[in-house]
Amino acid sequence: MDNTLSDEDLKFREEVRSFFARSEPDKAQQLMANPATYKEGAIQWQKQLFKQNWAAPFWPLEHGGAGWTITQAYLYESERVKADAPDVLPFGLKMVGPVIYTYGSEAQKARFLPGILNGDDWWCQGYSEPGAGSDLASLKTRAVREGDDYIVNGSKIWTTYAQHADWIFCLVRTDASGKPQNGISFLLIDMKSPGITVSPIHSINGLHSLNEVHFDNVRVPRENLIGEEGQGWTYAKSLLAHERTAIAKVADSKKRLDKLRALAASELQGGRPMIEDEAFRLRFTTIEIELMALEYMELRVLSALADNRSPGAESSLLKIKGTEIQQALHELAIELAGVYGGVTAGAGDTGHDFGNQARQDFMYGRAATIYGGSNEIQKNIIAKRVLGF
Amino acid sequence: MNFSLSEEQQMLKDSAARFIQQEYSFERRQEDVSNPEGFDPGLWKQLADLGWLAIPFMEENGGFGGDATDLMLLMEQLGAGLVPTPYLATILLFGKLVESGTDGDLRASLLNRLIAGEMQGAVAFMERQSRYALADTTVQAKRSSTGFELNGEKTLVLNGPVADKFIISARTGGGAQDKTGITLFLVDAGTEGLELNELRLMDGQLVANLTLSHVLVPAQHRVGQENRGFELLERVINESLPAVCAEALGLMHHLTETTIEYTRARKQFGVPIGSFQVLQHRMVDMFTACEETRSLLYRTVCSSDNLASPEHRKNLHALKVLTGLRGKRVGNEAIQLHGGMGLTDELDVGHYVKRLMVLNSLFGDADYHQQKLAEISLGM
Ligand SMILES: Cc1cc2nc3c(=O)[nH]c(=O)nc-3n(C[C@H](O)[C@H](O)[C@H](O)COP(=O)(O)OP(=O)(O)OC[C@H]3O[C@@H](n4cnc5c(N)ncnc54)[C@H](O)[C@@H]3O)c2cc1C
Repeated sequence: MDNTLSDEDLKFREEVRSFFARSEPDKAQQLMANPATYKEGAIQWQKQLFKQNWAAPFWPLEHGGAGWTITQAYLYESERVKADAPDVLPFGLKMVGPVIYTYGSEAQKARFLPGILNGDDWWCQGYSEPGAGSDLASLKTRAVREGDDYIVNGSKIWTTYAQHADWIFCLVRTDASGKPQNGISFLLIDMKSPGITVSPIHSINGLHSLNEVHFDNVRVPRENLIGEEGQGWTYAKSLLAHERTAIAKVADSKKRLDKLRALAASELQGGRPMIEDEAFRLRFTTIEIELMALEYMELRVLSALADNRSPGAESSLLKIKGTEIQQALHELAIELAGVYGGVTAGAGDTGHDFGNQARQDFMYGRAATIYGGSNEIQKNIIAKRVLGF
Repeated sequence: MNFSLSEEQQMLKDSAARFIQQEYSFERRQEDVSNPEGFDPGLWKQLADLGWLAIPFMEENGGFGGDATDLMLLMEQLGAGLVPTPYLATILLFGKLVESGTDGDLRASLLNRLIAGEMQGAVAFMERQSRYALADTTVQAKRSSTGFELNGEKTLVLNGPVADKFIISARTGGGAQDKTGITLFLVDAGTEGLELNELRLMDGQLVANLTLSHVLVPAQHRVGQENRGFELLERVINESLPAVCAEALGLMHHLTETTIEYTRARKQFGVPIGSFQVLQHRMVDMFTACEETRSLLYRTVCSSDNLASPEHRKNLHALKVLTGLRGKRVGNEAIQLHGGMGLTDELDVGHYVKRLMVLNSLFGDADYHQQKLAEISLGM
């Protein structure tokens, strides 16, 4: 039991710091803050990481990973948030990439991994359907074999950034007989294929990131099937576990806590800074305590992973606590902004600079306990897998 | 002990409920709120014709002479229907200040126009640095030859862009945080030196930042006594709190009902998600939150005839705290139990939640009022 850093770790940290110092993450952040230039900013940033070989440090070395230890990954995340640098988009690098290098053919690896790493291909995740959310296995989008192709029909929903995507990885039904989980396959589909339409869903933060994706007799070459037909559920489940560890966002929450501390020092009430307000202090430190515990909870899970013990129900634990803490932080931030947290049109003219962002974070942040397997579903998993009910 | 309504009150409640049910769909609300005024001026006239704008004013002033119970009944229904109106800004704040702070012809003409739905008002009390501290007022009022000259800035004035007249708090004496030394002034929207910057809140209502440079106010347009504006303002705001919380309760109630309905209809794993006990318990919590809030609201309404009593002040703070906390719980659960649907702008849920959030932040949030309550309950 110890948490000291080796000389090697300290050297690594210096390397990370100098990378962030010279790579101007604020420029990428600015582009990404504007919906019109979001995509451009995200790609630019990933290309910089790629040049440094840090786009997917957690991938195996032979596929372009960096072979970091968990300490290094932890140091990188800490430095990234300190530098206010963007996180990478998860869909390619954290979701479909690992599925392709684990279950894909050599040809698929050669074809898709480079574009995922260097940011040339934008991926989106086509799992959920109008009738299949928590009960994902009940999905109905059909893929029927016809010669060397599959013909795909159906609808996906809540597809984040489908409007920007070049590719979508989908769970589709190839067999409707038997147990629902057994008839699901994992298919990679080119978003330019004829028969695909994307329609926007506007969300409660006033922005557009969600979509419905409709498939009308879309022809997909059989070579885009991952692994075996009917095994898609197994592949998807291994991927969901990765998604859930990424979801804890410990470093981001620490950064938010620091920002809140600074804001509370300058936000006044009755001539006194809010940082002296008793209620604020109690709420702030309550979140701080939970985050201190979460940080070590995550490190314990990561160290188990490093010993090749795959994250099982532990990742559910991280997801639940991580998202609860994120939401508590959002709530404290918007309440610190007071009535200014509610200003939408003209927010730039209020002379109050964090209320608008706080509101958007709060509203969209409600999704954190819903996506990636809702927190209720995570609790069901823990009850079954850990508690043995 | 009697919590049943009088015949008149039952009628008010029924007609308000019928009005919302028959005339007020969510689609209409979305249209109204995107108007340049942030509400439907035609609807405002309708409320006047129904007599609802007269409720809180005394009979001798042409009002209905209603009490806290009447207001509660109306506001809860407006909440349930998510009806955007300037009722709080124009009637409960501006109107009530006019009623107690002015007299003679001025009062009569202002109240007549307000009750007829022909005038919009706004009260400017918040400043950039003040947050919820009402006494934190820096706008200066200097004596001039004909009255006063006002200089400074006010922020987030409810209904500001639509108001024909403002009541503005300014300092005629005392230091920045002093309760004494604040005076209220009646100022026309078009007055020279009064500049207005329009903003919108997340519930769709319009608010304004005001810049006052050398705004001249005649002496007879002082509202209430000189240097005693704080007490008057605080009293009127406190009187509006049960109404604000009643509206919040209407919102919470709607969110609870709509969530129950949704979970009955939405199927996953082959069954309605409402059949899962975990979700049933969460909806029981939502229901309980509404019942708790209603109970405290009744308690506060019951003590409303003795506004200055410590008992009533405690009730007010407790009510604002509980409504804030339970409102957040109900809002968050409503979104969560709707899953992805809860995140969409198309569904009414998010809009109800936003209105609840705005109400929580008006006149002090739960944390603020809890500390006020502690001051009374435990001492300073
Ligand atoms: C912002 C956002 C982004 C998303 N991005 C993507 C994406 O890119 N790609 C994609 O495929 N999907 C995406 N999703 C979809 C997400 O995965 C689903 O919303 C999620 O699986 C929940 O499904 P649902 O919305 O149908 O809710 P439902 O499954 O209908 O659930 C509604 C409520 O019931 C609860 N519930 C359901 N079953 C149970 C049970 N057995 N026990 C207890 N409670 C239960 C849920 O927890 C929830 O509170 C996104 C969602 C959001 C909100």
